Amino acid sequence: MGKLTSFKRSLWVFHASGGSCNGCDIEIIAALTPRYDAERFGIKLVGSPRHADVLLVTGAIPRDFADKLRRIYEQMPDPKAVIAVGNCGTSGGVFYDSYNIVGPIDEIIPVDVYVPGCPPRPEAIVDAVVKAWLKLEKLEKQLEGKEE
Amino acid sequence: MAKTTYYVPIGPIHPALKEPIRVEAEVEGEKIVKVDVKRGFAHRGIEYMGMKRNAIQTLYLSERICGICSISHPYAFVIGSEKALGIEAPPRAQYIRPIIAELERIHSHILWIGVIAHEIGFDSLLFWTWKGREKVLDVLELITGNRINYAMYMIGGVRRDLKESHIKALRDMITYYWEFTEHMKEVFLSDPVYKARTRGVAQVPKDMALKLNLVGPTARAAGLRMDIRQDIPFDAYADMDVKAVVPQDIVGEVRGDAYDATMVRIYEIEQSLDIIEYCIDNLPEGRILAIPNYIALLNKIKKTAGEAIGAHEAPRGEVVHYLKYDGTRDGPSVWKVVAPSYNNINSWGYCLLGAEVADIPVVVAYIDPCLCCNDRVAVVRDSTGKMLDYSFIHKKAVEKTRALEKELGVRK
Repeated sequence: MGKLTSFKRSLWVFHASGGSCNGCDIEIIAALTPRYDAERFGIKLVGSPRHADVLLVTGAIPRDFADKLRRIYEQMPDPKAVIAVGNCGTSGGVFYDSYNIVGPIDEIIPVDVYVPGCPPRPEAIVDAVVKAWLKLEKLEKQLEGKEE
Repeated sequence: MAKTTYYVPIGPIHPALKEPIRVEAEVEGEKIVKVDVKRGFAHRGIEYMGMKRNAIQTLYLSERICGICSISHPYAFVIGSEKALGIEAPPRAQYIRPIIAELERIHSHILWIGVIAHEIGFDSLLFWTWKGREKVLDVLELITGNRINYAMYMIGGVRRDLKESHIKALRDMITYYWEFTEHMKEVFLSDPVYKARTRGVAQVPKDMALKLNLVGPTARAAGLRMDIRQDIPFDAYADMDVKAVVPQDIVGEVRGDAYDATMVRIYEIEQSLDIIEYCIDNLPEGRILAIPNYIALLNKIKKTAGEAIGAHEAPRGEVVHYLKYDGTRDGPSVWKVVAPSYNNINSWGYCLLGAEVADIPVVVAYIDPCLCCNDRVAVVRDSTGKMLDYSFIHKKAVEKTRALEKELGVRK
């Protein structure tokens, strides 16, 4: 991992559960708890998308939920990154032929990092957050460049 | 008159809820005077997909109904399928299945205890309980190869055998958790703040619990002796004497509140440890699959007609699968799932009325809601077999209102 230069604060994460089966969701919480302990890097779950740098989305998106997900994404401040956790979120997974699924997450909002797995291990989720962090670095630099 | 009540919408996405559901409350000061629950945000049409796939694919689809009950749904599915198809699992498989199911109950109950601690503001307790939970996940990973979604069951048996090393790991785990539950009782049940915060919150009396059709630990906390493992025993549960864990047996009195629910869950972890110990002590030798060849199994399903109900006691309550095989295709022609949270959410309205706003997270969490389990769809047909769509039912409802207006003499 490269040296962090421009993104100089703790990474805050907002977690939105779409039509997920809870498997990925409990692995996300497991990634924060003592065995994997992502909180030691300052990575933490926050209660509002307006405070978040990264949006974690799980599950294929049901029809009712798509506009709500879009609204969450729009509420997040720039620079922002989106992580799709789990097979259902990346490709539709076992729910590919359902009548009530509008599609994987990248058909609703732009996704930066994909974490396949059913469910992915907590190590994989922590790795994805680090990748999103690098992406945020790049975005932050671009934003700074624009201001000058 | 000035407005005295305020409208508080919670959800579908809210930090107190891990899954999408909407609770709409009207509050007067701190008191909730009106409440409504809206669900259906996580509906994925699983039953519809299952009725198009073959039985083995549907079995693993049933695992994805819920990631926390990822043994309970397949368990009910295989019990129902075996009854409908006339297959019997070998004795060794019948003893391995309860072991995995009880391991799941341990991890789910510890998860819940952590979540309720988080909801009332003890975050360090959440971390401490989840640290303890990793032990059972390690054992599950050793036996099945995955931390969640185990793919362990098969119609007519299990897919993986228990080895000597697994049994040793299970025995280690049992000693670890006897210590851990003792510690949990001390931390949760003897703590004055925890007691003050949960006593009387989310209280459901026994007759109300019956009326609201509560199931699982929520009903047992209200003093009802109901447990599928006790009432309709199956597999190895029939060989041992499983008794529902109720507060009156533990402390002599029942209040039916969140404190009692915590107590029931901690004691159920100990009961699960006993069941696992019994199963590994009496594990029979022999095969683990009735029909080891999956193509032969699918062919048998294709030729057999039958219907049955499979029920299992999931960590949250009873889960019931209705299955019908019509003997023309290799999957179920009708599949209906009833999940425990569907019944338990009924208690929210009752518990929230008159409660304080600060109690909403406790009331929401105390039944251990699993919303991905319960978002099913119901299709209503009239006696001629015609499907009634929503606009027709709405028209009917409007007609009834107009008729009532006429009857009561209300003029528009």
